[in-house]
Amino acid sequence: MHEGNILLFFLALCFALAAGLIGCFALMKRMLLASDVISHLALPGLGVAFLLKINPLYGGAVTLFLGTFLVWQLQKKTGLATDASIGVVFAAALAIGAAVTPKGDLIDALFGGLGSVNWLGFLLGVAASAVVVIAVFLMKDRLTLSTFSTELAASSGIRVDPLDLIYLLVFSLTVLVGLRFMGALLASSLIILPAAAARQFADRLSRFFVISAAISMISIVAGVFFNTYLFHLSTIAPATVIFAALVFAASLIVRRSW
Amino acid sequence: MASPNSILSVEKLGVAFGHSIIIDDLSFEVREGDCLAVIGPNGAGKTVLLKALLGLVPHRGEIRWSVGAHLGYVPQKVAADRQQPIRVVDLLASKAAVQHLPSADISAVISEVGLSQQVLNSSVGHLSGGQFQKALIAFALLGRPNVLLFDEPTASLDELAEEHAYDLLHKLQHEKGMTVILVSHDLSVVYRYANQVLCLSKGKPCMGPPKELLTPGMLEELYGGPSKFYRHIHE
Repeated sequence: MHEGNILLFFLALCFALAAGLIGCFALMKRMLLASDVISHLALPGLGVAFLLKINPLYGGAVTLFLGTFLVWQLQKKTGLATDASIGVVFAAALAIGAAVTPKGDLIDALFGGLGSVNWLGFLLGVAASAVVVIAVFLMKDRLTLSTFSTELAASSGIRVDPLDLIYLLVFSLTVLVGLRFMGALLASSLIILPAAAARQFADRLSRFFVISAAISMISIVAGVFFNTYLFHLSTIAPATVIFAALVFAASLIVRRSW
Repeated sequence: MASPNSILSVEKLGVAFGHSIIIDDLSFEVREGDCLAVIGPNGAGKTVLLKALLGLVPHRGEIRWSVGAHLGYVPQKVAADRQQPIRVVDLLASKAAVQHLPSADISAVISEVGLSQQVLNSSVGHLSGGQFQKALIAFALLGRPNVLLFDEPTASLDELAEEHAYDLLHKLQHEKGMTVILVSHDLSVVYRYANQVLCLSKGKPCMGPPKELLTPGMLEELYGGPSKFYRHIHE
């Protein structure tokens, strides 16, 4: 295997580990819609970066993190209006991204395959993944309480709003690492699907984390395998997401037969 | 000015959600070791008052807890999600970790409340109403609070479990000198356990000892009709 491909593969595994862990709380916090919106927020930035001929991930990072603040503000409100607002942000980000991204780069921006990785990009990606993993474990108890009840969390001395913001930023960091492989459309899929499948088997948090991370990493390995021998695309995203979706479907069947 | 043994002083408290005023110009004081029952018809703002005291809702006016007041809270209900693989023991362990409490404190509340191993290892979304309420009481007691805020703590309990919960409340108050602020619709419980009653209604709020305040005329005025569930227990 070429050195660049080895780095990409290892980086994808690091992303998968981070995605599997952060996804557990995304599922429990019922923020599937917000998750999708966050990954789509990268698209306008990717498009502008393509136009300016700079590293697309830099552009994606800017709109991703700025958009995260916007979603956080919307999440602080409740009810249908927030859902509608998030839907508007989602549609607007996708439309702006589609309008500004050069035609030839649009598919890569949407579905991954953003070129090879150099050592600097690799090290930054590994470091970002490590930050996500460490943050999840440091915030685990606070997130568990706020996921269960924001009121009980607040009465236990937890500042819930800042915690939510930090969680969303860590979530966005995970999406940023995954943009290279999964693109703006599918980056959140590997955060949600493994956690949804793991939930069928896990009756406690520790198992939930382990199973979700394992399914996420296995999906990357399977994605590389099936893309190499079956799909032959420039991105592993479709094969990875299809495999993760099949694992989720299988988890439902296995769960029902228990 | 708050009295020397006051643990809570509330002055001109107001809470509004949009244009809807829930609490307006409410002032009262709670002394250390008091058991204050908050009563009133639905929508009078009892639960909102507890949340304001905990700092969970925006408010105007002043809420002053004395230095050293450490609060525990048992909410009326928590919408536990069956999707969450969070066990009771996970909740207790998480709170202990956040507040840097020793694991011995977890064991102490487990035995104090009487939580079984089966309940401890169950996911919160799979507990019965009574088991869930017990778990919430244990959660509130973890961290050795000296003030407990109970919002209808026995609403989903059967009679035996309710008796056990109130016995526990009584024990905490008398053996540990805990201050208790209790929201309840059950006036017999209020009469039995509270030494102060705060009536919230659309009119002017009033406060005093239960024997003086819980008169048939006052209850009729408070609830807008004869209070059918009022059970006066003579001790």
